[in-house]
Amino acid sequence: MVPFAGWMMPVQYKGITEEHLAVRNACGIFDISHMGEFLVSGPAARDWLNSLLTNNTTRLGVGQGHYTLLLNDQGGVIDDLILYRTGAESWFLVVNASKIDEDFAWMQSRLIVGVSLENASAIYAGLAVQGPRATAVYQQVAGAHLELPGRNGIDSFISLRGGNCIVCRTGYTGEDGFEFFCEADEAAFWWDEFVEHGAAPCGLGARDTLRLEMGYPLNGNDLSPDRTPLEAGLGFFVDMDKPAFTGREALAHQKVHGLPSKLTGLRLTEKGPPLRAHYQVFANGQAIGELCSGGVSPSLGYGIAMAYLPPAFAASGTSLQIDIRGKRHPAETLKKPFYKK
Amino acid sequence: MPAPAPANARFAKSHEWILTGEAESPVGISQHAQAELGDVVYIELPEVGRTVTAGESIAVIESVKAASDIYAPVSGEITAVNAAAAAETSLVNSDPYGAGWLFKIKPSSPTELDALLDEAAYLAQAG
Repeated sequence: MVPFAGWMMPVQYKGITEEHLAVRNACGIFDISHMGEFLVSGPAARDWLNSLLTNNTTRLGVGQGHYTLLLNDQGGVIDDLILYRTGAESWFLVVNASKIDEDFAWMQSRLIVGVSLENASAIYAGLAVQGPRATAVYQQVAGAHLELPGRNGIDSFISLRGGNCIVCRTGYTGEDGFEFFCEADEAAFWWDEFVEHGAAPCGLGARDTLRLEMGYPLNGNDLSPDRTPLEAGLGFFVDMDKPAFTGREALAHQKVHGLPSKLTGLRLTEKGPPLRAHYQVFANGQAIGELCSGGVSPSLGYGIAMAYLPPAFAASGTSLQIDIRGKRHPAETLKKPFYKK
Repeated sequence: MPAPAPANARFAKSHEWILTGEAESPVGISQHAQAELGDVVYIELPEVGRTVTAGESIAVIESVKAASDIYAPVSGEITAVNAAAAAETSLVNSDPYGAGWLFKIKPSSPTELDALLDEAAYLAQAG
């Protein structure tokens, strides 16, 4: 067990590699109760969210969701989150555990007439059920009459025990699956149900290796208030054509003048130690950045990492060195995701 | 379950074991340590012929979780390293007291062995 964003969480149950492969090949379940849930509603909610977040909220129909970012005025990332539209005027946001208070304060200080904002993080527990067998597990638990929503979609129902259950077809592993939010007193019941029907318990360790293989950023490691989503390679989730949103000017400036850095995938080119955050990256004897995330890929069998590097060194196939305990190991940049089906 | 520690194994608080009563004593990490570390994915071993001091960091074991220093349990000369374990790192997890040994030391001051713990005392303090 380790402390994580104010929670005590398991790094592993049976072993990181075994849990990782369970998700890639069958089905795993993660306790994501630490994550935050916000409820936003009101006639002005859609346009207000659109002014705070990078993706275009007007593209979301009821029952749909998308990945989006909350930026500061300098275009840096406060948080990355998933926004779902649950009704004509109601929205559900899932935010990072470590950013619940900061996100909420930021949004609350910018509230306008016609929008209400509620922090429901203490009400909801969360379970992420992920892997090619996740839909089959869901069908067995929920019954044939309750189908999962489509990709990135959201749906809800009242459980037989009377609690509100929210099910989202999203995840952080690169596999099909769903994220399930229920009232906290039902969490153990649902966990046992999903495990009994074939979901293998997985800890933070496998959650990290799975997301890293996909090149998904982890806020706090790979995202920061000093880096924009364009530098993080998340331009796909930024709509520069919609009306003004917080941070837009800084992004527009980068679009014209170029990016100071790019979040780049790396691996060692010879057998060597696994890569870890904060190792220095060198090119021609000069330090050009440091790893922000690193680990061993259980699917690929070698160390992978990400680092913010000057664009001149970010093209895939660039030869670099990574300093590990004083020794420079030959490395190269490569395209993300590291793992492809 | 892996085999238990040999009766002549002595332990350092930093989780290494060493066999006593041998001219060249094999050294590895404990069953408890391998379980705590999780799957071992990389091992950096000392050079054969190197003279080491008890308590000196002389090897690194990296698991999926973290990098951990391995300390010389006694002073002496490194006489062999286990290339098989470096190539097949899972041996450290599956057989920590056997095929998963790391290196051999020829102790220079055998009395240092007396300061190490037997398995029961080691496990008691390892919690």
